[in-house]
Formats: sequence, structure tokens, C-alpha cells
Amino acid sequence: MTEKYEKMWEELGLDLAAHDSLLKVLGKFYGDIYLSQQKRLRGMEYLDFVLTEIHGLRIKELVDAKKNGQKVIGTFCVFVPEELIWAANGIAVGLCAGAEAALEEAEKVLPRNTCALIKSFFGFKMARLCPFIESCDFVVGETTCDGKKKAYEIFDQFKPTYIMEIPQRKEKIDRDLWKSEVIRFKEKIEEVTGQTINSDNLKKAVKMINDRRRTLQRLDSYRIAIPAPISGRDVLLINQISFYDDPTRFTQKINQLCDEIEEKVAKKEGVVPDGTARLMLSGCPMAVPNWKLPYIVESSGAVIVVEESCIGQRNTRDLVSEEGETVDGMIDNIVDRYMKIDCACFTPNPERLEHIVSTAKKYDVDGVIHYALQFCHPYTIEAYKVEKALEKEDIPLLKIETDYSMEDVGQLKTRVEAFVEMFRK
Amino acid sequence: MRALGADIGSRTIKLVAVENGEIVDFRVAEATYDPIAECKRFMDGLQYDSLMATGYGRHLFEAHFEGPTITEITAYAVGAKAVYPECRTILDIGGQDTKAIALDENGRVIKFEMNDRCAAGTGRFLEVMANALGYPIEEFGKRALEAEKRITISSMCTVFSESEVVSLLAKGERREDIAMGLHSAITRRCAAMLKRVYKNTPIMFAGGVAYNPCMRVLLEEEFKQHIFVPHNPQIVGAYGAALLAL
Repeated sequence: MTEKYEKMWEELGLDLAAHDSLLKVLGKFYGDIYLSQQKRLRGMEYLDFVLTEIHGLRIKELVDAKKNGQKVIGTFCVFVPEELIWAANGIAVGLCAGAEAALEEAEKVLPRNTCALIKSFFGFKMARLCPFIESCDFVVGETTCDGKKKAYEIFDQFKPTYIMEIPQRKEKIDRDLWKSEVIRFKEKIEEVTGQTINSDNLKKAVKMINDRRRTLQRLDSYRIAIPAPISGRDVLLINQISFYDDPTRFTQKINQLCDEIEEKVAKKEGVVPDGTARLMLSGCPMAVPNWKLPYIVESSGAVIVVEESCIGQRNTRDLVSEEGETVDGMIDNIVDRYMKIDCACFTPNPERLEHIVSTAKKYDVDGVIHYALQFCHPYTIEAYKVEKALEKEDIPLLKIETDYSMEDVGQLKTRVEAFVEMFRK
Repeated sequence: MRALGADIGSRTIKLVAVENGEIVDFRVAEATYDPIAECKRFMDGLQYDSLMATGYGRHLFEAHFEGPTITEITAYAVGAKAVYPECRTILDIGGQDTKAIALDENGRVIKFEMNDRCAAGTGRFLEVMANALGYPIEEFGKRALEAEKRITISSMCTVFSESEVVSLLAKGERREDIAMGLHSAITRRCAAMLKRVYKNTPIMFAGGVAYNPCMRVLLEEEFKQHIFVPHNPQIVGAYGAALLAL
């Protein structure tokens, strides 16, 4: 695809040589981890296509949309109410930051003990490797953790960054703060796009994003089945792609995939042999192309059947209520929906522990793998409470702290294999 | 029926042959830069009916010899249960890894902890420090027990500790006292890991570092109980693998 898009990448200001090697590595990585899978679903072809065209066709769509006057707004967090962006005829793209890129560039600015995700978005920007960041009119940062909060201040020098304040508690005063932030964001979007958000376009946007969540909920509902009808890796990819694909097309394609899965489940067909250990992933998000841990898990005789994560049920569990006819009422619905997010940045955060335990039971998992990025204080510290909550229910837990590098793969493999061996009958 | 367990560690290779649950032969060799060549040389002429590999190099071994693999954690659990049936907690300190494992009453693993990518608190740390103090590794623990006082070594990083040792020597501190300080430092780190799985149950100390008498003394001090060290602590994993190969 390189030649076809070279001119576009050049116009976006990418470093073509470095970008080319990035795509080669990504392609090889994708082949090893994804295309090597057995009994893969036919419907995954669409995802393969979208992933292969990650910096190609989708970017072209964004560039074309911009030519037609649409605005592209990048986000880093499931807290950003993208409904408002779509309502104003904008395009929201979840920026990935899931690979170690230009680490030395990022470390010129950031301390070494900064989490891999923050270093990644800096590295991608500073080395001019990400056509998504370059396509964006501006990006939305948020105050989920101190690392991101302070990093965005500096990032703003390289790319205009708008900050939303995310509350840290769930009291009434926090909801009030969040509501004022949502309104301030709405005004910002209206200003940038020149469009007024009204009850009509907002209602449509709410429905479109809810539809995407509903289809991802539908997908997860089949994963309760034994044997697992789809690999955790594939679902991770689907969730990752949901952040940057066109929502309506994505929903339609995933619904088709769900039809195929439904048939498989009815015939009791799965992608893994009977008795394969069923595991749940819980913790930090995994952005494209961070497939490291799921790959280790699924090549160690286990299958991931559910994700308690921003690239899983934390993002898809709750819908925005579709009641209400006024913009004010709809804003309230949006505020309420986003306040339910159980990110570890909240204190206290009992909802997350309840969700972990109830999900583990619902999906009948043998154990839970808690995944935290090194130096991510909210998740690494909350892991202790997760451990205690699961101990009470006799659900085994493996805590993993890692980053995007490959140097610890051997040790991770030993841990994961040993964990899976605990469930051998 | 003879089963062979191979534990391909980061520093050494251990082979154990088992018949009727009993060890009939075992060998230990340096892993070298070419562990597979070493294994081939090592296994030459050995008769066996089944084989199981464990350790850091298990997958490499699997690619060259017929036989399934198992992690060190499960292998140690099985080996520990066989040599010390009361055992419910295992501390295994090897060349590059430290593991703490909790077992249920049937010897199944219920929880484990492992050091992360850094080799602080492992056999390698002791090796580097023994070298810095000019002791052969076999003597290191014995000489540490001759200490007259305990010096606190604050750093756990192998590189930083080595410079700390050099500056202590420059201050005129006795080698034995520094050696004791280093043993205390590594014990503190390993004990902290062990405490994350420990539930006041009998402890077995295994892996190559368990040959070190000072480590055992300090661990017994820390846990205020007798700690079982098998006669050949280094081969517990290979023994477990052999039992699983049967």
C-alpha cells in the first residue's frame, strides 16, 4: 500500500522512511499474531482489511472529509463524549499509542519512569509517524492521571490539545463539575466546527454510538459460550478498531460477524479445544498494536473470554439513555452515562471491583489476569484491592506489570504458562 | 519405566532420572552459551522412556528433543511435594529468577510470585558480589556467617550494590561484614516476595542459592521457623519434571 499513499503521507508531514519501517514491522507482527490463527471467522476479513489499511484508506477518508469541511478530533480516553463530536458533523478518532516508537525522542522530554502509553503518543508525534495525529484539527486530553495531565501541557506545544477535567470522585459536586466540562466541550466543538449541536443531530449521534456499543455487547454475549467461539485477540482487535473506524460501517460489519458467531455457538463450535483455560483480562487499556499479552496468553493454552478494560466492557457496558427530546436533557443523559465509567482514577472505586467479580462469574472464567502498565499508579495500586476482592471469591489472579517492549516476553510467558497450568484438570 | 526431567536454567542445566518415583541418577552442568549442545553431550548414553523439560530454556529444548514442557513453577511444586510432603510454601532462588510458590494440601499451586525482569535478589546478584569481594561462590555464605557486625547495604540493584561494596572496602570495612550485609539485603527482598504468598505454613528453600548456609540462617531468623533445604536443592525442578514425565 506504500506507494499508493505516499503523497498523502508526505502532505501530512510524516517522516516517510521511518514510517515505512514502522509499517513493515507492524505487518510482520500482525501476520505472526493474527493471520497465523486457526479456525478464524470469515467476518474477521473486514478487520484484517481495516488493520492493513490503518494508515491508508482510513486516513484517506479523513483527509477527504476534511476537504469537505469536516473536522477531525483525536481522543486518548473513553471519557471523551464523542457523541458531541459526531453531532456537529465532526469525526472522532481514538488515537492509539500502543507501540514503542521513537522512545529516545519521547525521553528527551519525559522522565524515563513515565508509562509506555504516554511515551508512545509523544514518540509518534515527535518522530512524525502517526497520520492520525497529523490529520487531527486538535486532540482532546483529559486529567485521568497525573502523568497524562502534565504530559498534555507539553504535548500542546506540538499539537493543539484541549483538556477536559475528569472528576476523581462520584459525589454530586463531581457530577456538577463533569456536566460543566461536557457543556464547555460542546461549546468548543461548536466553535471549531461552526455547527450548532441541536436535539436532532445529537439524538442521531447518541443512537449511532449506542448502536456501536450494542453490537460490541452482542459480540461479548456470545463469548459466554463454551467452547469460546472467537479468540480474545480477535475481540481485542475489534475493540481497538472501533476507536477509529467509521461507526456506522463498523457496526454493520460487526453485526454480520455476530451472525456468523451466533451460528457457530448454536453448533457448539469453538476456536479452541475443550478444556482450554478461560481467562479474563482486567486493567489498563491496550491500544493498537499492543497485542503482546493476549498473544502470550493465547499461545500458552488459554483463551481470553472477556476484557474488563477501556478496550472492553469499560467502554461498552453502559449506553446513553435515548429518552429526552431537548439538548439539555440529552446532555444530562451523556453526563450520567460517562459518570458510570469505573476507571481506576476514581477514589473510591468499588464499582470496578464489583464489575470484575460479577463478570468473572458470568463468563465462568478459571482466572483473571490483571494487566497494568508499568508506572501507571491508578491501576498498579488498585491491583491490590482487585486481588483481595477475587481472593474472597476464590478466583485466582495473576498480576502483570509490563510495557510495550519485548524484553520481558520470556518471563511473562513463564508466569502465564504457570498460571494456566494451575487450571489443568 | 525410566523418566527423565531436564531443567534448563539460566546458569545451569539439571537432569534427573527417575524410576518408581525414586531418583536413580542426576547430573548438573553449566548452561554455557550453547545450552542445547550441552544438553546433547549431557544426555548422551542416557536411557529413558519419557521426558519432560522445564526452566528458562524449556521451549528451546522442546524444539530439539521429543518431550513436552512444564513451567518451573509447576515443576518445583511437584518436586517439593515429593521431597518434603508437608511443604506448603516454596522459595526457589535460581541463577536469574526468584520464585515464591504457595501450595494447597494436595500440592497444587494456588499462588505464585516471581521477580520481574531485573536480576536483583537472585543467584546472579550473589555471584557478582562474591566476585567483587574475591570469594569463590561456594564459600560466600560460610564467610558471611563469620561477620562481626551487620552493615546495611541500601541498594538492591546489582550494579549499584557493586559500587557500594567497592566504597565500603575503601572505607576499611571487613569483607565478612560486607558479605553479611549483602546476604541480609537479598534476604529482605526475597522474604518480601515470599510473604506475599506465605500463610504460616512449612517452607522449603530450593534452587542453587539454597546451598548457601547464610541465606538459610537469615531466612529462618526472618520467618522464625525451621526452613527445609533438600540435600540437592538445585535439582528439585528437574525431579518434579521427571515425575510429571511418568
